[in-house]
Amino acid sequence: MRVPVDWLREYVEIPKQARGADIAAALVKVGLEEEGLHGADLTGPLVVGRVLTQQLEPQKNGKTIGWCTVDVGDANGTGEPQGIVCGAHNFQEGDLVVVALPGSVLPGGFAISARKTYGHVSAGMICAADELGLPDDGSGGIIRLADRLPAHELAPGDDAVPLLGLDRETVEINVTPDRGYCFSMRGVAREYAHSTGASFVDPVVALRDRAPAGNDAGFPVELRDEAPMRGRAGCTRFVARIVRDLDPAATTPDWMATRLTEAGMRPISLPVDITNYVMLALGQPLHAYDLDTVTGPIVVRRARAGETLTTLDDVRRTLYPQDLLITDGGERPLGLAGVMGGQDGELGEGTTAVLVEAARFDPVTIARSARRHRLTTEASRRFERGVDTDLAAAAAQLAVELLVELAGGRADAAVTDLAEPLEPVVIDLDPAAIGRLVGVDYAVDRVTAILDEIGCSIDGSGDLFAVTPPTWRPDLTTWPDLAEEVARIDGYDRIPSVLPAAPGGRGLTTEQEGRRLAANLLAGRGFSQVWSAPFVGEALFDQLGYPADDPRRSTLRIANPLSDEAPLLRTSVLPSVLEVARRNVSRGTKDVALFEHGLVLGGPAGVAPTYDVGVYPGAEAVEQIAAAVPAQPRHLAWAMVGEAEPAGWWGPGRAADWADAVGVVHALAEAFAVEIRVSTGAEAPFHPGRCARVELADGTYLGSAGELHPKVVSALGLSGRPVGGELDLDRLIAASTSPQASGLSNYPSAQSDVALVVDAAVRAADVEAALRRGAGDLLESVTLFDVYEGDQLGEGSRSLAYRLVFRAPERTLRTEEVNDLRDAAVAAAGTATGATQRI
Amino acid sequence: MSGPNTQYDPVEVSALDPAAIDQAVQDALSAIAGATSLDDLKTVRTAHQGDRSPLALANREIGALPPTAKAEAGKRVGQARGRVGGALKQRQAELESERDERILVEEAVDVTMLPGRRPLGRRHPIELMGERIADIMVGLGWEVAEGPEVEAEWFTFDALNFDADHPARQMQDTFYVDPPENGLVLRTHTSPVQARSMLERGAPLYIACIGRVFRTDELDATHMPAFHQIEGLAVDEGLTMADLKGTLDRLATELFGEGIVTRLRPSYFPFTEPSAEMDLRCFVCGGTDPDCRACSGTGWIEWGGCGMVNQNVLRACDVDPEKYTGFAFGMGVDRALMFRTGQSDMREMIEGDVRFNAQFGMEI
Repeated sequence: MRVPVDWLREYVEIPKQARGADIAAALVKVGLEEEGLHGADLTGPLVVGRVLTQQLEPQKNGKTIGWCTVDVGDANGTGEPQGIVCGAHNFQEGDLVVVALPGSVLPGGFAISARKTYGHVSAGMICAADELGLPDDGSGGIIRLADRLPAHELAPGDDAVPLLGLDRETVEINVTPDRGYCFSMRGVAREYAHSTGASFVDPVVALRDRAPAGNDAGFPVELRDEAPMRGRAGCTRFVARIVRDLDPAATTPDWMATRLTEAGMRPISLPVDITNYVMLALGQPLHAYDLDTVTGPIVVRRARAGETLTTLDDVRRTLYPQDLLITDGGERPLGLAGVMGGQDGELGEGTTAVLVEAARFDPVTIARSARRHRLTTEASRRFERGVDTDLAAAAAQLAVELLVELAGGRADAAVTDLAEPLEPVVIDLDPAAIGRLVGVDYAVDRVTAILDEIGCSIDGSGDLFAVTPPTWRPDLTTWPDLAEEVARIDGYDRIPSVLPAAPGGRGLTTEQEGRRLAANLLAGRGFSQVWSAPFVGEALFDQLGYPADDPRRSTLRIANPLSDEAPLLRTSVLPSVLEVARRNVSRGTKDVALFEHGLVLGGPAGVAPTYDVGVYPGAEAVEQIAAAVPAQPRHLAWAMVGEAEPAGWWGPGRAADWADAVGVVHALAEAFAVEIRVSTGAEAPFHPGRCARVELADGTYLGSAGELHPKVVSALGLSGRPVGGELDLDRLIAASTSPQASGLSNYPSAQSDVALVVDAAVRAADVEAALRRGAGDLLESVTLFDVYEGDQLGEGSRSLAYRLVFRAPERTLRTEEVNDLRDAAVAAAGTATGATQRI
Repeated sequence: MSGPNTQYDPVEVSALDPAAIDQAVQDALSAIAGATSLDDLKTVRTAHQGDRSPLALANREIGALPPTAKAEAGKRVGQARGRVGGALKQRQAELESERDERILVEEAVDVTMLPGRRPLGRRHPIELMGERIADIMVGLGWEVAEGPEVEAEWFTFDALNFDADHPARQMQDTFYVDPPENGLVLRTHTSPVQARSMLERGAPLYIACIGRVFRTDELDATHMPAFHQIEGLAVDEGLTMADLKGTLDRLATELFGEGIVTRLRPSYFPFTEPSAEMDLRCFVCGGTDPDCRACSGTGWIEWGGCGMVNQNVLRACDVDPEKYTGFAFGMGVDRALMFRTGQSDMREMIEGDVRFNAQFGMEI
């Protein structure tokens, strides 16, 4: 909301010296936040001057400058003519111009000083409109004041700042949705008074007194809402006033056009400008119809299916049955009630009689229409937030008075005022409760004084009051609403600061701790953490090579996505990481290691019912709502592109390979003390021969890691051999164990190496598992220390060399024992995998 | 040295002659002193202490002497051998020490050639910031609660007193899950976690909710379609706005340092009544620079919204508003990070450029 300061001054007494910033500071205290200050970004001395001499001097650079002397009265302190060099020549000797004397600062921080130029000392500047931040007046250069102002009222040396309105300021404030009444000068003025104690006279009181009551001659209007919304009729008051004999040639006076412009509205024509002016002044949206185009009666009704209306913005709209319409005779739509008028009934250049509508529309009806038609207007914004429920007659009266005064009209005696009674809002208030909620001990008479100040009427005494809020505050419905009023008018700065003692909690949860551990571990291994928005497109699933029946293809769609290319919710984090990796590579970082943890969609969604606000729908309903929310496990994904270890003076680098990616899984498993099983996997998006499938000991799938499928690499715009992995972090953390200490043996260990020849298809993990089984409890560790494939073994075989380390808890193992254990291990491996010992 | 001496060939050595013995000693000492390396010394040792050295030979002669001469000769030769042996030992130690020092010098490297063979990764500073705030709240005895990002509309709005037709609900710029009538959205704030916590745990309750939230904003320098919030909710008997202010003051002090000035300013939120905005005194200009870019010259920086929990919220979440009051607050983690680090472009926070994280350590 833009508030021109001089308009605000009309309704509330603001100290003469107060600037826009002071007003903004006063308003912020009562909850109207400053959004910006406009205008008055110039300081003088900026004065009226009369050009005495103008000598044109051609220059070597092709320009012609004017060496002028200008009479600026006594404004320069000497009374002598001021010598000024001026590049523009659209003025002549004798003209009245605007002179910025040395010391003035023009918009943009442009400081004026006396300086030497083109062989003269130029002591100031003769100003053009744009240099002063004024709109161009068509002169195309220097302002000739006589074109704008009555020359006989001007004298050299006069302060030009107020003459040109350059001291005008507009304060822009943010109006919260509960304060519909602050979308008016009247409302903001009242709040300024609340903040500063300044004298405020509500202009509506006198207008309401002057407004005539409805009479039988009034223009026929029918309220025919056959489908009230949420039990509330769409229109509960309709005031119609008629003004005839308007002068079609009358134009909007400058002062009104200026105020409208400063408030952010475009002047259109006098009658339209008057309705807008009244809306901005008082907060009541009005609409004016060309009386000669309306046959009547005006019927307010809901729209019919398929009905259309071309609104003033020249858009033909198909209406919804819930839309509330103003119609002529019940048939022809004249406007979308409270949102925008239609082209039928629109005021034209020849309009001489108007019908002014001032109505009370239900916020819900208007909000829904505006939303359905994506049409937020000055009117709808006010009705949605709640317009003063007793403002229609006063606002219509002001519009009529202005039409009479400015457009030469004649107010018709016919007055329509249809009003359906409103349910009065009365709030029961225990005044002490306010202090208990706010934490300030307000005296009862302080509470009642503040409530009175904001316009409430109060009945009762002691510890129970019946408070009726003013008609402009439909947002006040409960006693905590009144508590906020008392607290803000008394001042939020009076609320003390007290640190409450919480009963003490359990600290971070296992999941929260676990997430930090996983993230720190990956960062410690060289991965940089990223996070991504969770939106993906269908095409990505194809690029990743997901089979048609891959469960990761089933996800939810966003109804209103930012991009039609990415309307789906992700089911996997790895693609996000790869996308970020690609971005890094494209920015010149060739070697990238990244990780991300985040939620993914992991299950079907149901239907979640909603219930009215302020009502506990019951345990069963809450359970049903919660059950409709799809499972969203937290996944951890990582990827490496380029080299895992960079090249340098120490030698060549080492390209990241599948083992780096799979190594992350093992590191995590160790960190969480979780036993995992790794087997050969074939899941997309991995290389089918270089993918590790990871399960928990009980067979629960945890995730996969390895090298990416070459097709995926090129489809995603990557190159080289990127590797990565993804696992279900929730499952990993949940599987985390607290192993029992077993006591360390101080007896010497004994080691024995075996080389086993196996079929190339046999997995090392299976061989190792068999060795462990066969070796028994005295086995301390098994390490695969060499892998050999070659001619000596023949096609299709490979040799796996393991080091077995044995140790007994309470004695030194004998060599024969160790040999026996080793043989048992080898035998077990032979049985399980066909391994034979290579001698 | 005491191996079988097959070449033993007794010679009448003049060494038994005192002058010859002295000469042999002098020869040995000067050879020892002249040895400049351990290898040299080894040669010298063989020549002057070995089996064929003059003194060894002289020693062997002693046995053949008449008893009367034995004692004197033995003493003389013994002393001579002792002197040579001592000198050898001392020189050996000197040369070993020199060698050890030389090796240390030779092995020296240029430690300024930073290896960096395995560069350290980084945590994302937004998450670190969230963890820091969580730790502060946990330190105050609160707990950290979490919830889903795809969330039921009822938890997100209705339970929090956002009426379906209230303008505030339109202002949220909500992503709806298709079809919208199924009642699922991407949460626009972490507040549904408050509703869930009240419903699951009842009062008294002191929880902080930290997480990712979504609004239909295109990505630019000051907006992100996804960002991070921290919210607090306390529900207990007798809580007031003063408790709210005290909690926020403490959080601000922990995050931004002693002496930070805060103010509450009236505002509006559907889930709180009374409602307030929490501002911080501009920590760039302190409210003294009308052209300050951090605070736009207002002297204050908007930090977050807060207020006393609306009774309708308590009711919807099955908490008795006659018995309990509560306060709630919420602010952007990303904004807090911007305040702390001077970060000015939000895009850098989400793009994942490794150079962004690399600016920070593993602590924020």
